[in-house]
Amino acid sequence: MTQRWKFMFASGFIFALLAAAIYFPILRGRVKRAAKLQQQSEEQARRELAQPIAINPGDPRVKAQLFWASDTIDSTLVPVTVELPLSRDPVLRSKQVLNTLLAGPVDAELRTLPPDALLLAFYLLPDGTAIADFSEALATSIPSGIVSEQLAVNSITRTLEANVPQVQRLKILIHGQEVETLAGHLDLTGTFVVSTKQASPAPASAALTPDKTPGTLAQPVRTP
Amino acid sequence: MRNLLRVKSLALIGLLFVALLAAVLASPSLAPSQAQQPATGTPPPAATPAMPSPQGGAAGSVPSQFGALAQANGLNLVVLDPAHGGTDPGARGTGGIRESEIVLDFAIQVRRALELQGFQVVQTRQGNEDPSFDDRSATANAQRGAVFVTLHISSTGMQGTARVYVNSDLPPVADSNGLIPWDRAQAPFLGLSKTFGDLVQGFLAQRFKGSPGAAQTASVRQLRTTAAPAIAVEISSVTVEDRVDLDRMAPGVADAIARGAAAFKPSYVVPAVTGGLR
Repeated sequence: MTQRWKFMFASGFIFALLAAAIYFPILRGRVKRAAKLQQQSEEQARRELAQPIAINPGDPRVKAQLFWASDTIDSTLVPVTVELPLSRDPVLRSKQVLNTLLAGPVDAELRTLPPDALLLAFYLLPDGTAIADFSEALATSIPSGIVSEQLAVNSITRTLEANVPQVQRLKILIHGQEVETLAGHLDLTGTFVVSTKQASPAPASAALTPDKTPGTLAQPVRTP
Repeated sequence: MRNLLRVKSLALIGLLFVALLAAVLASPSLAPSQAQQPATGTPPPAATPAMPSPQGGAAGSVPSQFGALAQANGLNLVVLDPAHGGTDPGARGTGGIRESEIVLDFAIQVRRALELQGFQVVQTRQGNEDPSFDDRSATANAQRGAVFVTLHISSTGMQGTARVYVNSDLPPVADSNGLIPWDRAQAPFLGLSKTFGDLVQGFLAQRFKGSPGAAQTASVRQLRTTAAPAIAVEISSVTVEDRVDLDRMAPGVADAIARGAAAFKPSYVVPAVTGGLR
């Protein structure tokens, strides 16, 4: 009898071991699949949140100036005039011009920002400091280097300067976080000067046209 | 009776094994799809081959990294910073070119050219390490009468050109105790950095057509915490088809930096007493 119990116990043990050995990879696969699903849904939610602001046809059509890379002078920016219906609200207006900037120019070679980068949020503080929160792709997909990173930030600051006079300074966040550099070079811990002009009380109906040569660099500001 | 029981139990175990075998045979049809999904989504771990130390790296003439040198005669020390390293390869070209490796090779030639001009040279890294921005700045900040040169290779820009960057404007510094905040250590040196940068850029422009004639400003993180005349030299670019095209630029870059430092030396008067950093 004892022999039989031993035999049954050993059989049960082997069975449990085999069952665990078979079930473990299946379980692991399920966990990984669930994690991936969660990741996908997070990305989906992020994309839904960052849907481009709908262009309201009722908004006045203005000649917006968007700064993309020059095709004639290496590593400089040129303004491209695009007629867009832009909101009078500075936050909506900023989102509209930045989303257009992110969408890129006709010639994809001249884009300054990665095609998969998204504007997640945009805030404007009463003192004229704007906070632009971009998706991680801005940092991970941008070509690493001083010249490319500076060109990317300049295209953002100069586009805001040309179209949203209320924005005086810009702080760039990546996925809601302050980061030390954009892609290993450009300092994102401070704020960038967008405009030194005083904001007009009412938003201009037409885009401002700054009298600046292409390639002028934005200067960061650091408050003590 | 006992035999019957044994036969029954053996049959039972046999059936269980058959069932288990069937399960094992059936599971591969599910397993591969489950196993492959995460595999394709997970990038392979970045290969970080060990870099051989540069031959000139551990030369006996290297002063102690953090031992402040008494330099009564002004500039005679250059802190050379090959950017990136370790797990951070910097810019990467399609042909497997890594910025972190090339700048280390460039540093050897820049170092030799500077030593020929009579400068002592300290490197922020000798091999495939990745000191923090602050650690690299600290190497320069621990010295008096030094200049700082950080070497980079870009991902973009016209191939065969070189650009010098100095830090963008920083607000005035020094508190009531005369201490300079660490995070704005570059502020008192911006004018000197511009003079040094313009000199180096001028020599680079002579050698590499298409390069700018004067140093440009950019908010380079590495320069901000450096309490010395500091420039970033960026070569274009890792997109070259063959790294020989970049290697060919190294002597010209080294010569321009050494000549720039030599030309800058008379204009750099090291303050008798510098404010400390806080």
